[in-house]
Amino acid sequence: MSRHPAEGAPHEPPRPQRTPRMSRRAQRPPDEPPRRVAVTSPRTAAARRPRYPATREIDEQTHLGEVYMRSLLRTQFRLAMFVCTVLGCVVCGLPLLFLLIPRLREAELLGVPLPWAVLAGLIYPAFVIGAWLYVRQAERNERHFADLVERP
Amino acid sequence: MSLTAVLIVVVAAVLIGAFGIRVSRTTSDFYVASRTVSPLWNASAIGGEYLSAASFLGVAGLVLSFGADMLWLPVGWTGGYLVLLVLVSAPLRRSGAYTLPDFAEARLESMTVRRAASVLVVLIGWLYLMPQFQSAGLVLREITGAPRWAGGLLVALVVAVNVLSGGMRSITFVQAFQYWLKLTALAVPLVFLLMAWRAGGAPGLSPQDAATWQVPLAGGKEYALYSTYSLILATFLGTMGLPHVLVRFYTNPDGRAARRTTLVVLSLLGAFYLLPALYGWLGRLYAPDLVRTDAVVLTLPGRMVGGTLGDLLTALVTAGAFAAFLSTSSGLTVSVAGVIAQDLLKGGVRSFRIATLMAVAVPLGLALQARALPVADVVGLAFAVAASSFCPLLVLGIWWRRLSTAGALAGLFVGGGLACAAVLVTIVGGPYEGPANALLAQPAAWTVPIAFVVMVAVSFLTPHRVPPGVARTMVRLHTPEDLNLDRGDWRPRSS
Repeated sequence: MSRHPAEGAPHEPPRPQRTPRMSRRAQRPPDEPPRRVAVTSPRTAAARRPRYPATREIDEQTHLGEVYMRSLLRTQFRLAMFVCTVLGCVVCGLPLLFLLIPRLREAELLGVPLPWAVLAGLIYPAFVIGAWLYVRQAERNERHFADLVERP
Repeated sequence: MSLTAVLIVVVAAVLIGAFGIRVSRTTSDFYVASRTVSPLWNASAIGGEYLSAASFLGVAGLVLSFGADMLWLPVGWTGGYLVLLVLVSAPLRRSGAYTLPDFAEARLESMTVRRAASVLVVLIGWLYLMPQFQSAGLVLREITGAPRWAGGLLVALVVAVNVLSGGMRSITFVQAFQYWLKLTALAVPLVFLLMAWRAGGAPGLSPQDAATWQVPLAGGKEYALYSTYSLILATFLGTMGLPHVLVRFYTNPDGRAARRTTLVVLSLLGAFYLLPALYGWLGRLYAPDLVRTDAVVLTLPGRMVGGTLGDLLTALVTAGAFAAFLSTSSGLTVSVAGVIAQDLLKGGVRSFRIATLMAVAVPLGLALQARALPVADVVGLAFAVAASSFCPLLVLGIWWRRLSTAGALAGLFVGGGLACAAVLVTIVGGPYEGPANALLAQPAAWTVPIAFVVMVAVSFLTPHRVPPGVARTMVRLHTPEDLNLDRGDWRPRSS
């Protein structure tokens, strides 16, 4: 295995052990076009696999890691805002309804005045159902995020 | 008989406190113990600590006095947990913070913000403790004729002894038991009351009450619409800022469990709050003379059932009321004393002892001096202060990266300061004339928006004061614990 004379020059960075094929290519005259090689594996697989797992992107706070984190925060925040908006509409709407539609104040539901049936009864199970739906969706979002960043 | 019931509850609390020493003492014990506790027990413990004299006695009293508008109070106290669930619970548990000042320090990386949070925790705790002592005085006077200060002093002493001996705090099962005791103490007598009501021919309200008292926004209080909205805002947003609630979230093993626990808390509170409104309604029917006294829950069994059974039921209700004072006061005192000892004094056992005395003595003094406001109203003021200081800090801290140290500090100062000023003016002076009274007695509607605006605006003006580790903190707050991620190495200072 012979060495190209230029390789020993001081401006060349030190190279690791080379294969015989590499050294043969180095011996090629500069004007000759590079040798054609057959691609035996599609590049798609290589492109899809990230260099690191996404958890490492997040740990090192790269741009990609930030994108992952922002997407998680945005999903969870949207969910939270959705619940809060529904809650706000119900809770702030009720006094307004009672104010604007006096008939509602005196209506009855199964013999109980409507405001009492709602405020002292029905609203509590409604809270629990809302909370249950929220917990289910929030855990689902977290599972999606975990699948995303832990994908090999 | 009622006195015997009170004595049993008090002695039981002291004994449990004394034996609790050996059970567990440190934060990490608390934490380790939690691993064996299911969400149901954890949630019962939160409910046990949360349901105070205001819930047990105050709601029924206010409903009796002011009618349908007061139904919003328990709705808000329950709904606050829904807001807490969606905005705060899991990230707060994941932050690893043990107290609100811990969270402030972890998120904003600033000791100044931590101190400001500590001062607010102490103020809110005192404001919450004061009506507990006042109500204890009321209850003891009701059953023995003792002067008003005696009951408050008794509860304060028991709590102080208890906290100083190191008990109560970590025993999840005791607090959990308190919830079920309180539920039973309200539910069982109610069954008998309803039976008596039916046996009496199921009478309805007087036509005048049916036209005004029973109808929302139809009289009773001035500026009812403003007051209703302000009350809704304070209770829904204030729950997340109560010092003794947050500590309990730490007992969840992870953020997911914190969410599930909150869901159970919501169910338990919903079940409990079905009861006081019925007491208020029955009270309007059978004891309309008890307007503005908070005594309706204690008086109804004697009046409607009577005899030995009536005495037994009264004893049960009284025991429940004392359990409510003791559990809430103990939880609050531990939280307040912990914060005083660690952040305002030097720390260590000696500081904790001094801090406990301070935590109990100041609200006791206030309770003896201040004019007698309805207990639920004063607790409502504590919620207003929490909603205008800690709510913006938590919500913006958890969801907004650009919150700066200066912004957080300014928001806490302006929001908390305005709310505290309104509270002070209401408790010391007042009642006032015209709209000023409504604005001061229910400050949340204007102090909460101001606090949010100040926090956001100052943060925009001081972008260089955004804490450097915010990205890491966000990872810590929001990612599920089972992912292998770098979450920084911040730990709460052990207490």
